[in-house]
Amino acid sequence: MSDRLKIFWRGPGSPAQAEPPAYGGSLPRFAPRPAHRTLLETRQSRGLEQFFASFRGQTGLSILDLGGACQDNINFVTNLGHRFYSEDFLRIFQETFSEDVADQSNPGRIDYFLRQSLDYPDNQFDGVLAWDVLEYMEPALLAAAADRLFRVLKPEGYLLAFFRSDDRAETAPCYSFRIQDLKTLQVSQQGERAFSKHLFNNRTLEKLFQKFQSVKFFLTRDRLREVIVRK
Amino acid sequence: MSSMSSTPMGRMEQESSRGGSATIGKAVKIAGQIFSREDLYVDGDVEGTIELMDHKLTIGPNGKVHAGVKAREVVALGVIQGNVEASERIEIRKDAKLVGDIKTARIVIEDGAYFKGSIDIVKTEPKAAPSQPRPQPAAAAPAAPATAAAGVAEGKR
Repeated sequence: MSDRLKIFWRGPGSPAQAEPPAYGGSLPRFAPRPAHRTLLETRQSRGLEQFFASFRGQTGLSILDLGGACQDNINFVTNLGHRFYSEDFLRIFQETFSEDVADQSNPGRIDYFLRQSLDYPDNQFDGVLAWDVLEYMEPALLAAAADRLFRVLKPEGYLLAFFRSDDRAETAPCYSFRIQDLKTLQVSQQGERAFSKHLFNNRTLEKLFQKFQSVKFFLTRDRLREVIVRK
Repeated sequence: MSSMSSTPMGRMEQESSRGGSATIGKAVKIAGQIFSREDLYVDGDVEGTIELMDHKLTIGPNGKVHAGVKAREVVALGVIQGNVEASERIEIRKDAKLVGDIKTARIVIEDGAYFKGSIDIVKTEPKAAPSQPRPQPAAAAPAAPATAAAGVAEGKR
């Protein structure tokens, strides 16, 4: 892993400088997500701020969180008066595709995966918190997932997604994102996961979300792209 | 505690022995409806519905519930597949798995728990004190069994 990736998210002087947990020489392509987590940092997120600013003054909206259920996010979303939906997208991804990357191009498997993870009626959600779950997917699956997300979002609905540096590594730490307030996220590490070799720059992201009405980027100092797309 | 044995449904009765709580052991499988007026601990398999009016339902680590659940409080350590209404609170422990929609006043979910579905937080109004004492019934109704199960119960071998 490059040094740049190692310090990614952490920033100079952050408490967690330790190496990610070792899995020995035989790291599975998708290591199971351990229950324990290591707090890396608390960071400001313009994307998150914009996402919830879009819903200011409204209540009773349907918000889908693809990062799996966590207490902080449930509390935050429900305290705003919204209905919280939870999907552990990466867990289903891991269960469906395991170590078989080629399977991610198989239309039958893609369909099966999307029925497991995003089986919702069209126009169901006002907002989707996708965090970084999309960046682990190979292009065919990624395109299908983006298409399904477009369908389940309501018109004028918003999706928040994170894409890391253009650098690609074999594996990278797997993160969970916990909302602390309207613009603050707590980032924790939960094991490691294989990256897709797909590069995510502004151009590829615009292409990925081309069906959407608008795509807005916030590039952070540590080269994270926070992306807000509007249907 | 009461315990449900692996007897056919009609004869399933609770044995009051320990502090107003019934147990469905891990070797027990029930298909049907369970109504209870005492706390219930489910460590076996239940398919159907579970209603505990004003009481607490605990799904033990071996419990597998494929049922709609209504209770005052629900604690999940095992598996629930079905919609859950917990008027006071629901707690989903770290190894639990819940697939279904939740309606509750308060939720506690531990890291590592699996949850797929929606959460509706229902703010409960504090119960107003009755302005006048309620008239007492002329005669007490015969005591009904605290826990009743309608359906089929079978023991796993």
